[in-house]
Amino acid sequence: MLEIRHLHVSIEGNEILKGIDLTVRKGEVHAIMGPNGSGKSTLARVLAGHPSYQVTQGEVRYQDKDLLTLAPEVRAREGVFQAFQYPVEIPGVSNAYFLKAALNEQRAFRGQEELDAVDFLETLKQKMKLVEMDSSFANRPVNEGFSGGEKKRNEILQMLVLEPKLAILDETDSGLDIDALKVVASGVNRLRSPDRAILIVTHYQRLLNYITPDFVHVLVDGRIVLSGDKQLAFQLEEKGYEWVRESAAS
Amino acid sequence: MNEAKALIGGEYKYGFVTDVDSDTIPRGLNEDVIRLISKKKKEPKFMLDWRLKAYHRWLKMSEPEWQNVVHPPIDYQDMIYYSAPKSITDAPKNLDEVDQEILKTYEKLGIPLVEQKRLAGVAVDAIFDSVSVATTFKDTLKKVGVIFCSFSEAVRNHPDLIIKYLGTVVPYGDNFFAALNSAVFSDGSFCYIPRGVRCPLELSTYFRINSAETGQFERTLIIAEEGSYVSYLEGCTAPIRDKNQLHAAVVELIAMKDSEIKYSTVQNWYAGDSHGKGGIYNFVTKRGKCIGDRSKISWTQVETGSAITWKYPSVILQGDDTIGEFYSVALTNHYQQADTGTKMIHMGKNARSTIISKGISAGHGRNTYRGLVKVQPNAQGAKNYTQCDSLLIGDRSSANTFPYIEVKNKTASVEHEASTSKISEDQLFYCQQRGISEENAVSMIVNGFCKEVFKNLPMEFAVEAAKLLGVSLEGSVG
Repeated sequence: MLEIRHLHVSIEGNEILKGIDLTVRKGEVHAIMGPNGSGKSTLARVLAGHPSYQVTQGEVRYQDKDLLTLAPEVRAREGVFQAFQYPVEIPGVSNAYFLKAALNEQRAFRGQEELDAVDFLETLKQKMKLVEMDSSFANRPVNEGFSGGEKKRNEILQMLVLEPKLAILDETDSGLDIDALKVVASGVNRLRSPDRAILIVTHYQRLLNYITPDFVHVLVDGRIVLSGDKQLAFQLEEKGYEWVRESAAS
Repeated sequence: MNEAKALIGGEYKYGFVTDVDSDTIPRGLNEDVIRLISKKKKEPKFMLDWRLKAYHRWLKMSEPEWQNVVHPPIDYQDMIYYSAPKSITDAPKNLDEVDQEILKTYEKLGIPLVEQKRLAGVAVDAIFDSVSVATTFKDTLKKVGVIFCSFSEAVRNHPDLIIKYLGTVVPYGDNFFAALNSAVFSDGSFCYIPRGVRCPLELSTYFRINSAETGQFERTLIIAEEGSYVSYLEGCTAPIRDKNQLHAAVVELIAMKDSEIKYSTVQNWYAGDSHGKGGIYNFVTKRGKCIGDRSKISWTQVETGSAITWKYPSVILQGDDTIGEFYSVALTNHYQQADTGTKMIHMGKNARSTIISKGISAGHGRNTYRGLVKVQPNAQGAKNYTQCDSLLIGDRSSANTFPYIEVKNKTASVEHEASTSKISEDQLFYCQQRGISEENAVSMIVNGFCKEVFKNLPMEFAVEAAKLLGVSLEGSVG
């Protein structure tokens, strides 16, 4: 589904990613871990098409398409979803309106009929229950006045409504209390299916207590230095990132 | 005239050239021109006298220069002051005959055909013959005693009301453009809501400048008697022309005890092209007077068109416990300029005023909020809340806020909040990452920014306004 080959990425002339190779197949859940500043959030944003980054080398194939040539909205319509680390606020635009607009632009792209307000609200209510969000959030402006946890739940809600093929979670677990963490995890697990892939970018192992990854990769200084299964996450938690740096150096 | 014919299409293609030509008077302004206008409108003598007084006052005045806009000098002798209302047979009767530009605009706005027909119906009535607007509603309104007719008709049929109220809110010598309007005004709307009547319909006028090189000077007068209520809607469009055209209107609102007037405008005059060529100069004086206690006047405006907008819909809060409101969205894209705001003059006791202004600037747009909150010495317990927000799109647009506050009574409470923000790359990216195109994202963010104003518009107008913003913003990103 996703093939990253020798990816180099810079921002304002500073190279952040220095040759990433990663293959994600359908049905797989990959966790990208690493210390602060290792480039893991950069990876998430580049895949989603954030305009601040320059790809200097390498390529990314997504479902047999050259992902890097696609505009961000086209990537989204092709099924790439990023749950943001810091979701932005959009004053005056209700959550429901925003999400309906997004869903219908995606549906139009796929040649599907637009959902009318009634059908959409039905779906939305259902999904809001799953992430334990009060229905009043549907009419509140996007992320405005939401707590950190509410914003993250809102990201998961959007993910469940849009049903992406490739979901990228950028530090969705940071700043969450245990209850919110469980809600986020159950949302992700619900999305998990044989024809979808999930990429979880995280600093800590704790989210992985609730979402079992098939693969764990450790990113240090713009390179994947270590890959393994879920056991790797536990080792990291126990020994810290210094251990990876040392073993990578040796 | 050929251009006008080409734009209007339909019946115009096959004749009426003479009729149209004969209805237009020679360019330039002098006493004879004013006499001619008055004669053509079959006006009583009092009206002509008033026009002439205004004209002589105007001759002694000069154009205001304090506003934050730039334009080449206007040659008032190179303008046509009267292009007669077309006869009823000239007016388009169905959709096929309607100006292609309006059709295109509505097509672009995505309003479904049935609705389009209905809107076109309203528009057409108003554009070519304001008399027929009144006819549409006349029977229903007559039953409850509401008078809704063209200004010319009111001058002929209700001279007592005109004599009593004309110029009582905006005197003929109020300002340069008001004086010019008072001298040469061609038509407009007149509404009279009798005591205790809640007007059963939204009254609506759709203004359109149609002929070339003609200035448009319409006048509107609305009188709400004790305990009455009226909601009035005003829409405006103009065809695309290379030359700038002047639109200098005057609106006067009079609210008696316990009455309420809600006045909504969606202004979409031709804005000029993307290089700033052509477009309407919209220099308008709008003012309301809350004469009676507990009366209320509310202005809501969405200004998306015109090359230059210069208008300050204001409220004089003369009675006690009166309420004045001003909700405004002004959008400037390409080379458009807007200097707009309001004046809230507190005279009565415990009067309250609210000002919510949203300015959006894109391209080389220049957007200025200018507002005055004045509390007179006897205005005990005056309360004002002002909020001015500016939104910038791109790096070449500008926004300014000039709030003037004059308080002469210690019991007054005046609050002012202002903010300037930009649509951030992160906001756009967030929307795009969900599959929303950049253009739709900008439109959505801007509409969200304007929500507090839009919610004060009547339903259909709110929908139209939101779509209009989307169209007006085209080409503002990328």
